[in-house]
Amino acid sequence: MSGKRDRREVIVETRNLSMHFGGVRAVEQVDFTLYDNELRCLIGPNGAGKSTFFKCLTGQLSPTHGEVIIRGQDTTYAETHDIAGMGVGIKTQVPNVFDELSVDENIWLSARRWHKAKRARSVTSETIERLQLGDTRRDIVGRLAHGQRQWVELGMVVAAEPWLVLLDEPAAGMTHEETARTAELIKEINTQAALIVVEHDMQFIRMISQQVTVFHEGQILMEDTMEVISKDKRAREVYLGHRA
Amino acid sequence: MNGGGSLRQMRGVFIFAMIGVVFMFVAPYVLQLFTIINLTTAIALAVLALSLALVWGYGGILCFGQVAFFGLGAYAYTIAAINFGGSTWAILVAILAASAFATLLGYFMFYGRVSDVYLGVITLTVTLIFFSLIRRTSGPEYKIGNALMGGFNGVTSPPLNLPWDSSSFLFPEQVFYVAMAALILCYVFCGWLVTTHFGRVCVGIRENELRAELLGYDTRLYKLGIFTISAGVAAVGGVLFCNGVGRITPDVFNLYNAALTIIWVIVGGRGTLIGPVAATFGLFYLTSALGGQSLFNNNLVLGLILIFFVLLVPKGVAPTLSGWFTKRRKPQRVTRRRRRQGRAL
Repeated sequence: MSGKRDRREVIVETRNLSMHFGGVRAVEQVDFTLYDNELRCLIGPNGAGKSTFFKCLTGQLSPTHGEVIIRGQDTTYAETHDIAGMGVGIKTQVPNVFDELSVDENIWLSARRWHKAKRARSVTSETIERLQLGDTRRDIVGRLAHGQRQWVELGMVVAAEPWLVLLDEPAAGMTHEETARTAELIKEINTQAALIVVEHDMQFIRMISQQVTVFHEGQILMEDTMEVISKDKRAREVYLGHRA
Repeated sequence: MNGGGSLRQMRGVFIFAMIGVVFMFVAPYVLQLFTIINLTTAIALAVLALSLALVWGYGGILCFGQVAFFGLGAYAYTIAAINFGGSTWAILVAILAASAFATLLGYFMFYGRVSDVYLGVITLTVTLIFFSLIRRTSGPEYKIGNALMGGFNGVTSPPLNLPWDSSSFLFPEQVFYVAMAALILCYVFCGWLVTTHFGRVCVGIRENELRAELLGYDTRLYKLGIFTISAGVAAVGGVLFCNGVGRITPDVFNLYNAALTIIWVIVGGRGTLIGPVAATFGLFYLTSALGGQSLFNNNLVLGLILIFFVLLVPKGVAPTLSGWFTKRRKPQRVTRRRRRQGRAL
């Protein structure tokens, strides 16, 4: 582990990244770095620019200024499917699933993007088992409960076997038990991939957090572990103060 | 609706295809020649409905101008057949011309990220442009090679001939066989296509385009692909149509026909292939029957049918019927699933 730490590879880097909507500076000159094997949480109050930043990373928005570099490649103006095609797994804030299709078909469409037909079938089965979706395998995703649909989406991310995973509020709308399971899954994913997790739920962040980046008014306020951040006065003022 | 695997779906396709084959061989012995000639036209329209069922029902692309590719195929066939003096290569020219035009139009629409509603508007507008444009081509100066465009009178289409033998024309009964065989082949082709990886990605894009992109699929390319393929299928219908009717006129591009295609698919049901095909035959014969009386206005009845379906059977005939069917069979399916799980354990 320590050997790895010494020559940590930069996986995601943004330089001077800004996203303006008219006069609104949603993201303003953000320099951000994510290293190999890292699990990073992005927190911040509503409107802090986390989701906009996330959309710039995933190619859903083209930034006004600056650049995004993923594993040495400039992806600033890349299409979403190009970024996903590099092996990046993405889960959006609003669950984006194929509602009229079965759980099985949803996962298969992800696995088949990367594997030949036979392997795709087995990856699909493995993923469904891993996420304990076996009972709902043939059910139409649109009829599942909200938490389960979130899991189907996570299943699609996992089935692609990505080396970088970007999750926007993965635990939103989940029950306590589901949240705990999601935290476990995220830790498990982290053994094979680096992650960026945008999250609101402080308890959830405490379950998974290593390094946390706090956003405030479109900029990075600070970056540290959760223990340090929860004691920091500025961070408490902008965000934690609302809850504490 | 989509619970089964691809094999089960293909089984349905083969069953309907077999019914089609039986009908193809029995019909000429049972029906009169007049009916057979009429049927050829209905078959051509069914191929058109099939192409829209593919691009709209599976690809989620509301192409309001599917008749544009149908008409383009018919015109390309007619003009090529007149110039080549035979139909063999003309059929290929028809399919290629319609597909090439669809690729060009689709490229600007999909790569320009035109949204659903505007896509319908653009395709309809293109169709109506063809209508006005070709209507104005009367006069000897409008000709392509040896073929006069003929303005609103249209062009007489040379009949199909045996492959590579332009002197042996097919008789109407033989054209019926060709048409029926073409419909069955197109149907099996489309039925197979939607079970392939490509087809299943297209259905995924219909369900959620952003998710498909997040999985790493270039949705623009897939949409362009299914749009082009469906235009090629529509062109096959166009070739059959101008053979059934004997000529092709610009009226094929008019608003009435563009809307009628949509009605067939709505009545038959989106997300199935057999539904729109069956609906086309049904409505074709209903319109013919209504033509023989003068009590009700033809279009009024069609309009009422459309309203009836949109309000009361919004999914269309085929999905509603298959929904009843699966509901009744559900207990059986559960046992089968259990058995499979048991085996896996």
